[in-house]
Order: sequence, then structure tokens, then C-alpha cells
Amino acid sequence: MAYKRNVDRLPIVPPDAEELNVVCHFCIVGCGYKAYVWDANREGGPKPEQNKFGVDLTRQQEANTAAWYAPSMYNIVKKDGRDVHIVIKPDANCVVNKGLGSIRGAKLGEYCYSTVTGTQTNRLTDPLVWRYGQMQPTSWDDALDLVARVTARVIKEYGWDGVFVSAYDHGGAGGGYENNWAIGKLYFQSMQVTNIRIHNRPAYNSEVHSSRDMGVGELNNAYEDAELADTIVAVGTNPLETQTNYFLAHWIPNLRGETLDKKKRLMPDEPHEPARIIFIDPRRTVSVNAAEAEAGKDRVLHLAIESGTDLVLFNALLTYIYDQGWIDREFIEKHTVGFEKGPQEVPMYPARADSGEFAERWPGLDEVIREIRTSPEEAAKICGVPAEDIVKAARWIAEPKAGGYRRRTMFGYEKGIIWGNDNYRTIAALVNLALATGNIGRMGGGCCRMGGHQEGYVRPPYPGGRPAPYVDKLLIEGKGAVHHIWGCDHYKTTLNATEFKRVYKKRTDMVKDAMNAVGWADRERLVDAIMWAIRQGGLFAVDVDIKPTMIGEACHVVLPAATQGEMNLTSMNGERRMRLSEKYMDPPGQAMPDCLIVARLANHLERVFREMGDNEMADRFKGYDWKTEEDAFMDGYHKHAPGGQYVTYERLRKMGTNGFQEPAQGVDEEGRIIGTPRLYADRKFSTPDGKARFMITKWRGLQAPGKEEQKRRYKFLINNGRANHVWQSWYYDVDHPLVMDRWPWPFLEMNPEDMKELGLKAGDLVEVYNDAGWTQAMVYPTPTAKRGETFMLFATPRGVQGNVVNDGVNELVIPNYKQTWANIRKLADAPTEVAKISFKSKEYKPPT
Amino acid sequence: MTRCRLMVEVGRRQFLRGSLTTATAAAAAAAVGRGAEAAAPRGGAVPDYPRVRLANVRDLRIDEPLEVAYPDEDAPGVLLKLGKRVPGGVGPDGDIVGFTTICPHKGFPLHYVKEERTLDCPGHYSRFDVEAGGQQVWGHATMNLPQYELEVDEKGDIYAVGVDELLYGRLSNVLG
Repeated sequence: MAYKRNVDRLPIVPPDAEELNVVCHFCIVGCGYKAYVWDANREGGPKPEQNKFGVDLTRQQEANTAAWYAPSMYNIVKKDGRDVHIVIKPDANCVVNKGLGSIRGAKLGEYCYSTVTGTQTNRLTDPLVWRYGQMQPTSWDDALDLVARVTARVIKEYGWDGVFVSAYDHGGAGGGYENNWAIGKLYFQSMQVTNIRIHNRPAYNSEVHSSRDMGVGELNNAYEDAELADTIVAVGTNPLETQTNYFLAHWIPNLRGETLDKKKRLMPDEPHEPARIIFIDPRRTVSVNAAEAEAGKDRVLHLAIESGTDLVLFNALLTYIYDQGWIDREFIEKHTVGFEKGPQEVPMYPARADSGEFAERWPGLDEVIREIRTSPEEAAKICGVPAEDIVKAARWIAEPKAGGYRRRTMFGYEKGIIWGNDNYRTIAALVNLALATGNIGRMGGGCCRMGGHQEGYVRPPYPGGRPAPYVDKLLIEGKGAVHHIWGCDHYKTTLNATEFKRVYKKRTDMVKDAMNAVGWADRERLVDAIMWAIRQGGLFAVDVDIKPTMIGEACHVVLPAATQGEMNLTSMNGERRMRLSEKYMDPPGQAMPDCLIVARLANHLERVFREMGDNEMADRFKGYDWKTEEDAFMDGYHKHAPGGQYVTYERLRKMGTNGFQEPAQGVDEEGRIIGTPRLYADRKFSTPDGKARFMITKWRGLQAPGKEEQKRRYKFLINNGRANHVWQSWYYDVDHPLVMDRWPWPFLEMNPEDMKELGLKAGDLVEVYNDAGWTQAMVYPTPTAKRGETFMLFATPRGVQGNVVNDGVNELVIPNYKQTWANIRKLADAPTEVAKISFKSKEYKPPT
Repeated sequence: MTRCRLMVEVGRRQFLRGSLTTATAAAAAAAVGRGAEAAAPRGGAVPDYPRVRLANVRDLRIDEPLEVAYPDEDAPGVLLKLGKRVPGGVGPDGDIVGFTTICPHKGFPLHYVKEERTLDCPGHYSRFDVEAGGQQVWGHATMNLPQYELEVDEKGDIYAVGVDELLYGRLSNVLG
């Protein structure tokens, strides 16, 4: 039987319940929510005057009502030490989600820590330390003293290179401007750490270097542009599952033709139709299916290319559009480097052409075309899609509309090419296409990453170079003495994970064994023992998180963090919309916001260095007298972000769940922050001369080391990614019965004919194995899957896809998760937990 | 496509009428709202569910959805005979199940997809497996599909006596 709560009624929000602004903790879209909080010993009533909504709740409410909440939106939590009811439900007045809640965000209530209802009760409540052979609770001062002493000794003995750091850089929970600033200040200003990596990749690098090098910031449009576009091009993205309410609230209305009035109002001179949409993805996703259901199959083009060949397709599209004369000549001449001989300036590594004069200067568009010229027929051969479909895509992207008006085309891309083959050149090839067709900085345009998390990045400059150190590889090679981990779980979210975990366990066990040999309270000898183990190749590891993690099991100190909702937190979404998500409950136990953990760690480092007699070093750790997260915000964003001087908590609070779009331009007479709906509307790109760059994007096959050979040796593509039910590394979901009931093991979508050949049934557990390692998954029959091409759920607790991703990265250490090949063999029949779940098609069917 | 859009409009304006039209719907309509009595009381915050006769087993044909309503006329639902024993199934063959037909995501009317035995939502593409206790195969709802607790008496009359999740659009499954 599927999981059911047997909840038949919920407490009613009373009229006097406190109402707070909330932005969903999770994906880039940042849906607006409202939290309602009131005392546990009372509730409202069904009459209009008895409830917050002023609605007669004795009646059935209609579809889309704002006067209903699901059990997943409700909980009993502590606020200011008192038990309170809480309801966290989508905000109908938020322009981002327009009242919609995803299966992830609409569970914010149940994701709260509650000792009353028992939800998320394994949250970390106390600092934990490795004492007498197991993790034991202790005080903040005790834990931080040990971390500071070991870290200080490491810095003295190994310099900054002895300190390794893993830290998020995103917005939303486990991030945001407050926490990102704090971590940046500690490691890049007080320290000079270069061996740092980000939560989902093994180095400190941008995921979209090439777009930035071309002068095009990656979040350049407004969500409204998806309502205004003539054509939407979705590359390596599955927005219905991963940017759900952006897709539902902004893309779908355009596909349905519901935004025609708005198009006519805002762009009155030109003809308009409902949008067409092109998906570029080796896999048929539920997004493709939904688009077909709404727009009709004749207005949806799915280019199911061979995995990793996107660049060839983009080069062919650009060549064809150029040859047809459909490029935007005026835009190119005025706002880019032009057609010939770009400026003398060494193009960014690795953009330069493979040889010749382009090592010294940027190319113009004519030069790019000469270097990358690809016909639809040539592309068809490599990409495995018909040449006529490539021509059709080119027409949908750039053929002028009736009356000669330029078509408005929006490009959205994400992990399919970010974690895909030849990241740098592939993204550059897409930006070339968007620039050549004049689609950046105009209504209905944009060339944007779709995004994973929200963003919230303001930090002092990273002191390392480019390419940044490949941190996970260095750890495997025995480098590093102390490892500080902030909200990351490499065990689930790195590549070459089989080997990483083997070595990491060995190195951290060496330190544990040394600690076991010394009494805890004998601090000097304990630190000496740890340092001795480090010299033998050991690694001292400190994990800061909100929940126990897999990598945390290897660590010696685990520190409990507060998350969004338990602190005030600012972030921006995929259209740079910044909001303050307000604190609505107490953190569990002794947990603190990360920014304050940073501050207290810095305080301890200052003290320890002073005790060691090194005042110069101690002074580096001054400036952390923050008492609240707002202090960190004012020290960081307010002082350092572009336009930050206009932004305060008070102003953000007033602007509710709609906030403003960064960067801030000023403040109006009513104290409202004036934002920037669209970047580059003034056509001034992010380069020294304000002109955008083109890049030469030659095809060079599967670029990352080991991929071509892996493809030859193994039978199945192990494509991988996210699913609707799940957020990120499952840190909440692993304890949510609805999610674990649906996906007890990661699914592996597989063509039924392939299953038959391997003697597999639905739900069987299989081993996926190759030269990099092995992992497990649950077979999900998928008739739309191409033969030999599977899709595995990423970052799950019970089968880590990264185990079979080899260590090959691009020149800037961007991982290549998507191009993975492996063999598959049966492990076991479907276990009991699996036997009850549905293996039907995920694709919605319209009524017949 | 056009029909689908219509369904959405229907959902927005008039979802209470339900969306399932079958040959046997008339029989169900006659059954609804008749013979309501109290179901066995439960403890705690569980409301007093009425015991409502929805149909007789003879009214059901395999894969022909029968439109019903429970716990009151404003709560549309469906009875299905599946021809195989399934979770929550009653009747001589353990194959009769009942579900709400209001999507627990945003309240749009679900329709039955016979070929796959799912209830699908034209609002935002969620779908629920009626052979797996209403498990959401894919979708946005934060719950699986509310299923009826059913009883069948010696005459073959099918009664609904409870629901296992909160129904969309009401903060108490039994209004009042």
C-alpha cells in the first residue's frame, strides 16, 4: 500500500496568526511562500471571521484556492521556546510561482524539525566529537577549541596549502548571502586558501566560465521572457522536474497561447503566436511530454541527440542561420566584437582556437564561422538526428517573422551541458548562437542557465588561479592535513566516488585511531596525536551540516548548523530576484547559522594564535564580532555587492516575496528598492569595452580523459540527473516517507528490450559497473528510452551514481557526470520495499 | 490539445462536477447522498465519517469508472473494478477500489486512463496508480491519492466509511 498519512483534518489558521515571508529553501526558482505561526493550544474556526483567509471553510474550496493547505505544509515547531502551529503554504501573490507549490517546496512544513510530530528528528542538535571511539556530544567551545588548535597547528606546519575546504556557494538553505560571505571572509581574506571546492564539483570554479568570458552573465533574462518568447530552446534541462514552477507558471502559459495579450501589449508592432519549443536532450523527459500535451506535437521539436554532441548541433545551427542571413547584423556590429578581427587580448583559456593567430586575439563572427563551419548533414551524422530537424530548429530559432520582424528566442540550458562533454566550448557555442541572433538583453530573449540552487554569492576574491586545484584528486593523492566541510557530502556528490571514499575513509581512520590512544581532556596530547597521524598521511575532518551525512561518518568533529527558516536568509533566484526569507522557528538544540559558526571559529583561531604567541596571525582573524546573521549581511552584501548599499533587511522585509531583481539601482520615494529586470537591456556587456565576444568552438569529440575509451568498452550509457520527488542530495528526503516510499532505491530507466536481454524485471536491483567503480540501482522499464541508453537518479543515499563516473574533467576541472558508460548485471529480485511501487510510465496522458 | 485545454478550464471553474463520464454514471448519481449513516467512530482528531452507499458490485464493470461522491456530494470520486486483487481492494475479488478525483496538488479534476489504469491531471500532469493504492507515479502532489475505505455487505452493496488522506480544498474531510 502506498504511503498515506491518515490525516483527516488540520488545525485552522486563526486571524491573528503571525504571517512571515518565506522563499522556498530549495531550487533556483525560489517560489514565494507564507508561513503562519500561532500558539499550539488554539486554532481558528471555519467561519470567515474565525480564520486568516476570511473564507467559509465549511464549504469545499475551488481549484487553486489560497484557503487550503496540505498536511505536508503543516507542523508543530518551537518558536522563541514555545510550541506553535506552523503552516507554510505557497503565496498566491508571488510573481514567481503565482500560488503554485512543487512536490519539494510544498513539504516545507514537514521538513521542519519537530519533537512533537517527530519529523526530521535526526537533525544535528549538538556539536559532536570523536571521543572514546564514537561520536559524542560536547559544547561549542570544546569542539571549536579542538578545530582551532588543529587548524592553527596545520597552518604553522603546512602553510595555507594544508587547509582543504569544501563549501557550498549557492543560495537558499545551506547558503545565502550571509553564510557565503562568512565562509569567503574566513578562507579568502583571513586565510589564503586555494584548495577549496564547491558542493557539487571538485574544484573552485564557475560552471559557466565561457559565458562569463564572452561578457554574458548567465542569469541575464527575466522569467517573464519565457512568456514573451516566440521560441524557447531548452538544452540539457528538464524544467518540469527541476525548475517546476518556472516551467508551469511562465513557459506553459506561452505554449498555451495565454500570454498573447501580454505580448501584444508589450511588443505591439510585430505579429505574435503561441510559443514553439525545442528540447535538446538525449532522453525524452516529462517536460517534452507536457509541452506536447499543451502546444501540440507540431509545435514541439525534440532533438534527441547522441549524448555529448550538443556542440556540433549548435555549430550547425549557427552556420545555417548565418548562411541564410538570419543573423542580427546591426546588433553584432554595434554590441559585439563584430565580424572580423576582434580585439588584441589573449582569449581566455581554453577558448583560443587550436592554433594560429587566435591565440592572441578574439575572433569576429565571420572568422568563427570559417573555423567551425558545419552543415546540417555533417551534424546529423554526429548528432544522430535528421538534418531536416536541424534545419527546422534553425528556422524556429531565427527565421524572421511575417513582416520581417526578428524572432524572439530564449535559450535555457543546464546540467546536460554544464556536466556534459566539453563544458567550456559547448556553452560558448550556445552563447555564440544567442549573440548572433541578437537575443540577449531583449524581451523574449536571453541565454541563461536554468540553475540548480538559488544564488547568493558575495565573497572576497578567490586567491587561487585558473584552472583551480582539483581538490578531490589531491585528497586522494594524500594532500591536505585538515578538511573543513560546509554543507557538502562528497560521498554522494562527487565523481570517482568509489576511489574517493576508499581513500578518505583510510586517511580519516588514521586520525581516529590516533585519537583513540589519548584521553579527550588531555588537549595538548590529543592535538599532538592528531598532528602525528596527519604526518603519517592522515586527515583531520570537520563537518558542518544540519543532518548526519555520509562523509560526516568519516569526520572527527561534526557541528550543527541552523538552516533557512531557523535564521533570516537572503538569496536570489534564476532571474536575480532577491528576497529575505524570514526566520519562523528556533534551530534545533544548540545549532547556529553557519555565518555565526564561522564567526565563532574565527574567534577561537584568533585566541589560539595569540596563545601561540603569533599576534600577526591572530590579527588576521579580527572582524568577526557578529552576533546575528544580519550583522554578517551588513558586513558582506551591504558593503560589497553591486548596489548593496541600497539593500537592508528592513527594506527587503517590506518587499515581501516579490523582492527586487539584482542589481539594485537605488531606492524610490516609498523606500522600495529599484531593481534590474533584465541584464544587458542597455547592450553594455560585461567586458572592458562593453562589447560581447564570440568564441571559436571546434568539435573535438569526447573531451574528458577516459570517456572515449569507456564508451567503447561498456554497453550502456548511464545518463543521470534529478527527479521531481527529490531535492539535491536527499538530506531531508531520506527521512521523508512519501519520497522513500516512491524511490527506495535510485531508479535506472531502461528500455524493456534491453531488460529482456539481461533477464531483468521491473524493480530488480542491478549492479552498474565499469573501470571507475560500481553502484546499484532499481530497474524502471521505460519504453521511450533509447536502446543502450539508461538514466539513473543522481546523488541518492542508496546507490551513488558518482561511483561509476571516472575522474576525467575538462581543462577547468569541470566534472563530466553525464557521459558515463558502464555494464549492468542483476543483483537481486525486487526487495519487499520495491514490490509495492508503481512502475508505470511517468508521462501524463490527456483525456481521449 | 484543445480538449486538454478545455479540461483545464473546466477544472478552474467547475471542478466539483467531476470529469468522469461513463455509461454507469447515472446509477452512481442515484446512490450518492442516500442512506448516509455514521461510520464506526475513531479516536483523536478523526471526524465522524458518514457511511455512504456508493453502488452495488453488480453496477461495476472492469475498467469502467463509476462516478461517485464521498463523504458528501461536493467531493467527487470514482469506483473502479480492476479484475485483480489490489491494495485497498474490496468485494469478492478484492478488486474494487475508490478514490477522490480531485487532484491533491491544486484541485483539478482527474480523468481515468484505462490503458494504464492511472488517474491523470490535466492541470499540471500528475498521475496516480489506482493499482498501487493511488501512489503518485509522477507529479506535484505531496501526498498519494486519497483512497476510500470501503465495505461490501452481503447484498453486494458497497459503502464508503473513510478516506486515508486529507481531501483537496477542505481542512476537514467531513465539512461542518
